[in-house]
Amino acid sequence: MIETYLIALLIFMIVGSIIAIETKNLLSSVISCGIVGAAVSIAFLMLAAPDIAITQVVVEILVLVILIRATIVIDNTAIEAHWDTFAVVSSLIFFGLFLVFAFLAVQDLPRFGHPLMRVSQQYLETGLQKTGAANIVASVVLDFRAYDTLGEATVIFVSILGAFVILRRRGRKRRTEADVEKVGILSEEEIREHNGDIRE
Amino acid sequence: MILYFLTLVLFVMGVYCLIAKKNIIKKIIGLTITDYAINLFIILIGYRANGIAPIMFKNMTMQELTERGVDPLPQALVLTSIVIGLGVLSMMTAICLRLYEKYKTFDMSEINRLKG
Repeated sequence: MIETYLIALLIFMIVGSIIAIETKNLLSSVISCGIVGAAVSIAFLMLAAPDIAITQVVVEILVLVILIRATIVIDNTAIEAHWDTFAVVSSLIFFGLFLVFAFLAVQDLPRFGHPLMRVSQQYLETGLQKTGAANIVASVVLDFRAYDTLGEATVIFVSILGAFVILRRRGRKRRTEADVEKVGILSEEEIREHNGDIRE
Repeated sequence: MILYFLTLVLFVMGVYCLIAKKNIIKKIIGLTITDYAINLFIILIGYRANGIAPIMFKNMTMQELTERGVDPLPQALVLTSIVIGLGVLSMMTAICLRLYEKYKTFDMSEINRLKG
């Protein structure tokens, strides 16, 4: 039953992403991408993963806000079509081959609904006694695999730092009057005077 | 099986958008779709038939949790992956805005031409 719903949802997502990829207007393309994200969050909810569904909703809204901020800098959001024949044809051939091999490889995966749970069974059995967390996902994130979470926090911090550095308005070279007064950076003349004092 | 395959189709469409489209915002959208598809694929692999969320409620026995709870490990890792995807996207958008300020266009071939 759930499989049927998920197939319907996935077809909806594929249609949404076709619209997002092929439409000429940039703003509607961004919003179609948001549709795909919302459908993914519904799929997470159906797959018994409420924590991820919540995170996905929040992240998807933020993605939409960031991308709309990027698109509104241009006045005319319609884009003119550039048809790069080589890129399109070669990528279509490659992805056709990829899908054929993927179809063969997928047959060897464990069937849907019957996962391999050698490690996870241990987490499910002993998670509550060892960590005291009722939510086993939280116990994995914050206790069994806390170093992963530390790495994630590092990545987030670095990416925020990178975005801040890229978007910063003022470079280091341009020193204004306010900087000189506030921080105490010496102007050229003052430095010359100062050096002169030392030499004398 | 068909579920996994459809997720891979979604993944391939994202990568196609990343390679064949000229507009930078379109490329970012392609990367986002790829991200969604991979996250969904990992969660699909961890699903157990008639599964419940791996959360212990008051009126539940331990046995019920261990027999019916879905795999918590992919969920924990995907939680990390989603948030990292957001960080990467925000940084890419920042670079795009800077490129637009300099070249006044989002078109990749145009930027290539103006650079030389």
